[in-house]
Amino acid sequence: MEETLKIGKFEFKSRLFIGTGKYESFDIMKKAHEASGAEVVTVAVRRVDLNDKGKESMWNYIDQNIKILPNTAACFTAEEAVRTAKLARAAGLPDWVKLEVIGDKKTLMPDNEETLKATKELVDEGFTVLAYTNDDIVSCQKLEKAGASAVMPLGAPIGSGQGILNPNNIKIILENANVPIIVDAGVGTASDVTIAMELGADGVLLNTGVALAKDPIRMARAMKAATESGRDAFLAGRIPKKLYASASSPIDGIIK
Amino acid sequence: MKLTINGLRQEIRSSNIIDLLDELDLKKEKMVIEINKKIIEKEKFNETNIKENDSIEIITLVGGG
Repeated sequence: MEETLKIGKFEFKSRLFIGTGKYESFDIMKKAHEASGAEVVTVAVRRVDLNDKGKESMWNYIDQNIKILPNTAACFTAEEAVRTAKLARAAGLPDWVKLEVIGDKKTLMPDNEETLKATKELVDEGFTVLAYTNDDIVSCQKLEKAGASAVMPLGAPIGSGQGILNPNNIKIILENANVPIIVDAGVGTASDVTIAMELGADGVLLNTGVALAKDPIRMARAMKAATESGRDAFLAGRIPKKLYASASSPIDGIIK
Repeated sequence: MKLTINGLRQEIRSSNIIDLLDELDLKKEKMVIEINKKIIEKEKFNETNIKENDSIEIITLVGGG
């Protein structure tokens, strides 16, 4: 039976969520999206550039079957994030949001207090909230209690490509969560995705690791395979680690 | 009249949203308008008047992570 990932009222087969930022061209982005097999892509909410109206529309390069997840990137308060989510909804996107409230410009670390406040307000407004936060169980549990439909602890700082810096924290979060946990941010290469998925993460969200790879389309394909193999390995159940060897061939019948 | 669009002071001839978007030569795809921080529903673009010193935000969706 094919398993699916449920986030609020939304349901997906793919567990890889991918961004639309930083690509060299829309054409490469489109091909990378295809190669990734992602059913969800993230977008940002910004002012129209009144000085450059001739720009080609990104929408010609996003498959109509892909669900668009707006983010609240660059918001520093709950008020800004709620406003941004409402603007995205008014622009015609589904009533869900990747909630991101930043507390520090240099590290882009989340402000958990403001994130929690925004989560409560957006849930009250009927939004399905996917909340980006630190990789600590207390923040994640508070967001879950506040009504977040998914919680998204970071693997490492946004765009840093450092991978899953604290797998034990992610494992603890996963063991105690009652909503999907999507590892968001910090993924640099395929093995980072596999580590997150092998730990039992319900999905991975990434942007820079694909968009800025030398060959984004090939990296997107690698990320897809990494997501699937990590998920399979998690479901299959790995063997426990042992200090000493354990022979794979029988001891009986050794020729003497 | 003078008003603020996306943070910039501008001289505008239009008196409602639909005319303003034409005047600025903007595509209406995946676009949302806020006047003085209040979202204007697409259906109301025609009947929504703009006035001197309004602060208008013309917002769209762009690439992001």
